[in-house]
Amino acid sequence: MSDPGPFVSTRGLGRVFDVSKPWLNRMIEREEKVFLTAAENVTFDIPRGETFALVGESGSGKSTIAKMIVGLLRPSSGTVTVDGVDLFAQGDLAGQTALRRRIQMIFQDPYASLNPRWRVGDIIAEPVRAFGLEADARAIKRRVGELLEQVGLSALDGIKYPHEFSGGQRQRICIARALASKPEFIVCDEPTSALDVSVQSQVLNLMRDLQRDLGLTYLMISHDLSVVRYMADHIGVLYLGRLVETAPRAALFDAPRHPYTRMLLDAAPRLDAFGRTAETVVGEIPDPIDRPSGCHFHPRCTHNDGTRCVGEAPERLDLGRGRAVACHGVEEGRIGEGRP
Amino acid sequence: MIDRPLLSIRDLVVEFTTRRGVLRPVDGVGFDIARGEILGVVGESGAGKSMMGSAVVGLIDRPGRIASGAVLLDGEPIHRLSEEAMRRIRGRRIGMVFQDPLTSLNPLLRIGDQIVETIRTHLPVGEAEARRRAIAALDEVGIPAAARRIDSYPHEFSGGMRQRVVIALALAAEPDLVIADEPTTALDVSVQAQIIALLKRLCRERGAAVMLITHDMGVIAEATDRVAVMYAGRLAEIGPTPDVLTRPKHPYTVGLMRSTPSTLGAGGRLHQIPGSMPGLRAIPSGCAFHPRCPKAFARCDRERPDPIPTAAGAVACWLYDPEDPALSGAGEAEGTAT
Amino acid sequence: MTDHDGTRTRNGDATGAEALVAEPNWLKDKAVRFLDSDVYFSFKRSPVTIVAFSLVMLLVLGALLGPLIAPQNPHDPAQLNLMDGFTPPFSANQFTGSFYLLGTDDQGRDIFSAILYGLRISLFVGVVSVLFAGVLGVTLGLVSGYFGGWIDTLIMRIADIQLTFPSILIAMLIFGIARGLVPVEMRNDAALYILILSIGLSEWVQFARTVRGATLVEREKEYVQAARLIGLGRIPIMVRHVLPNVMGPVLVIGTIGLALAIIAEATLSFLGVGAPPTTPSLGTLIRVGQDFLFSGEWWIILFPSLTLLVLALSVNLLGDWLRDVLNPKLR
Repeated sequence: MSDPGPFVSTRGLGRVFDVSKPWLNRMIEREEKVFLTAAENVTFDIPRGETFALVGESGSGKSTIAKMIVGLLRPSSGTVTVDGVDLFAQGDLAGQTALRRRIQMIFQDPYASLNPRWRVGDIIAEPVRAFGLEADARAIKRRVGELLEQVGLSALDGIKYPHEFSGGQRQRICIARALASKPEFIVCDEPTSALDVSVQSQVLNLMRDLQRDLGLTYLMISHDLSVVRYMADHIGVLYLGRLVETAPRAALFDAPRHPYTRMLLDAAPRLDAFGRTAETVVGEIPDPIDRPSGCHFHPRCTHNDGTRCVGEAPERLDLGRGRAVACHGVEEGRIGEGRP
Repeated sequence: MIDRPLLSIRDLVVEFTTRRGVLRPVDGVGFDIARGEILGVVGESGAGKSMMGSAVVGLIDRPGRIASGAVLLDGEPIHRLSEEAMRRIRGRRIGMVFQDPLTSLNPLLRIGDQIVETIRTHLPVGEAEARRRAIAALDEVGIPAAARRIDSYPHEFSGGMRQRVVIALALAAEPDLVIADEPTTALDVSVQAQIIALLKRLCRERGAAVMLITHDMGVIAEATDRVAVMYAGRLAEIGPTPDVLTRPKHPYTVGLMRSTPSTLGAGGRLHQIPGSMPGLRAIPSGCAFHPRCPKAFARCDRERPDPIPTAAGAVACWLYDPEDPALSGAGEAEGTAT
Repeated sequence: MTDHDGTRTRNGDATGAEALVAEPNWLKDKAVRFLDSDVYFSFKRSPVTIVAFSLVMLLVLGALLGPLIAPQNPHDPAQLNLMDGFTPPFSANQFTGSFYLLGTDDQGRDIFSAILYGLRISLFVGVVSVLFAGVLGVTLGLVSGYFGGWIDTLIMRIADIQLTFPSILIAMLIFGIARGLVPVEMRNDAALYILILSIGLSEWVQFARTVRGATLVEREKEYVQAARLIGLGRIPIMVRHVLPNVMGPVLVIGTIGLALAIIAEATLSFLGVGAPPTTPSLGTLIRVGQDFLFSGEWWIILFPSLTLLVLALSVNLLGDWLRDVLNPKLR
């Protein structure tokens, strides 16, 4: 086992949603079917024990990708492979079922992700029971207590209901539930965007500690660059369903290559920039149903050449050292490494 | 009286009487906003910042009420005005921008009609002139093809464009003060930058003061002149933004700044404040922050600190009490916190 | 002292051993919680609701204890005295001197007793048909909302079609068909069950539509996704996760539906297609009573009608109150 390869990898992952009106309306109003491409040709790898972050604004398809990677949503094209098992291939049901226990998810909204009618102990015990990880009720109870303590709550909290907890505590409960099946890979969909800053830091620190102690691999979905900078080893930037740039953390923040990454970094509010006005941002995110031709970013891009950028979708260009960019300007050498 | 503050909030208390007792989402907050100034109000959820903003414009629903204190607009008390008089002030003298643009826009009316209505309610101009001004206002907030888009309905705009319309509406009657409550929280980062820049530019141009309520320290840093930090319905600290953000005094502000991840910072471990904001039914005694405070000492859970003036602001913390002789080493009392 | 313990457990101050054993006093805990709840608080503050609740309780009690407190069994011919016929209420019979509180009918049947017995039938038919409609509607709504697709379309189109007819018409139609299928000698025995079936089938749509709407909301919530992630099947997710969270509005519809079912039953019986004369419900009593209305024996129709009115109105008021309490938007 010299090179086990990446733990998680996606190849050409894509998902198209049919957002047409009902059949009868289409017939009467003589409309075509309407499709939304939420994700298109998304390719990345996550090594074991690392954190990969997908960053993007609304319409970027980041949540769709997260759902496909945990198996909640079937891709329209491409593959997801976790530890050598293809999540959606025909005929490997046993492997896929075994894999399911090893993949878990932490959700964005700590108020909607816990069933309000269940006691916290039952919520956390459910995965333990479902996967048959503990034999009897007593062992399950003990395991639930351990899990609660592992996320910084008390074993006694198991008898309470979710509404008795604050947002941050609920997110801890969600983490405990995710850990209950002893997963190796956790997809975190905006885990702290609903939390306050002081509580967010508690949850982020907890997630990092757990990663270190349990050797977890994370896929983190976020719109917040500062959170991503704190958590991720590798970062992928999404724009309207396509991955425009992937790079190691330091490289991405210090020397972003894709014009959209640069814009995003400029737009992020900074704690030290008193009275600054971010002037570099132009235009708005287009409608994902009606995406611009060629490179989706070309209408907002200052490096738009007016021909190739408009007419041809840029391919993923491997720049080495874990970095890849999809941009004609970078490929042609028009956009250099230094920041403008 | 040239340098009379435009808005003066004095010891404002908002109370909700419920069957389980009286709740105080805003408890003794006071500060001034000068003409043309952008004041940030920052705090986490439950800090009472939005309730404070609503109290200023008289938008508190029953059973809530202003129990004591005063709100002075240009020296005139406005907290006891009738609903009718308050309505004249809202829109004319105080414009409002809320988090969700849809709460400020009537979905059934064309945006132009809403702006024209606001202008004509508050300013003595005719229909044609009001429409001309409305187009100019939309143009100014960056709506492309304003003359054509003026006849669109709110749902025909994207979230960012809608918020631009709301800003145009808030500024239509040329108010002296704009209260913006989390105006960019629902927007994407790139759109947020544009909206903040727009709000800043327009208010500067017209000399309108802004009360910018937000939970985002980055927005505070980039947009505001001064900042008020709220905790559990009370003012923790107020001062010029660079001072408060780079040299925070109140232990809560210190913790808040250190626990905020930054796009600049290295990947070191984030600071964390233990616990969470207390609920309104369980505000701790004395200083509301003392159970979470690393520097709390005996006095903190007994006596509530009032804001103590500092060089350019004020801080409500016993560590800065000039009359306390034992305060030479403020860090000594560390470890009292739970 | 005891109240104290309940509160302390909830605040998490109890010791480990106490909390780790399955709480033996959960019933007390529930009771404490109920007395502390918004529902109870709102109940205490609404005099109309208290009156309505008391009236419903009184009528239910009367129905349950009917055979014990009724002066006579109105369906036992041996207990009837023809001489007592047409006794006016609140006074003695001019021939026999017998006293009947609410008077008698032409057969000398005590109206008060007849109402108590009729109430039993009315409430029984009402409650059971609402339960039937509820189980059917909740199941179909849950399936419709959670599965979606063609099964959803099918169920909802049937519901739409049914809604275009007045429900009483549907009930009569089903009653007619079902009665036709039952052998003649069993018709009287089966009449009540056919009545329940027809009222239930005419009322399931409300339940189904409401539950479907709530299910569509709950289905998208993240706790359902979390359950899917651990490999739970659709039926367990529906039953264990979604169902408990869509039951709030069902309670409201059920209460208001009870009033509707009681009235539907009375209407059918009044029209002569409902409860048979051997087991008369309030509706049957009203039908019988109307024959005497113009000959001056007003009490035979008035008192059963009043009972029906009070029952339906009180149940309806309770339903309205429940809806307001459980709907946070109206508070």
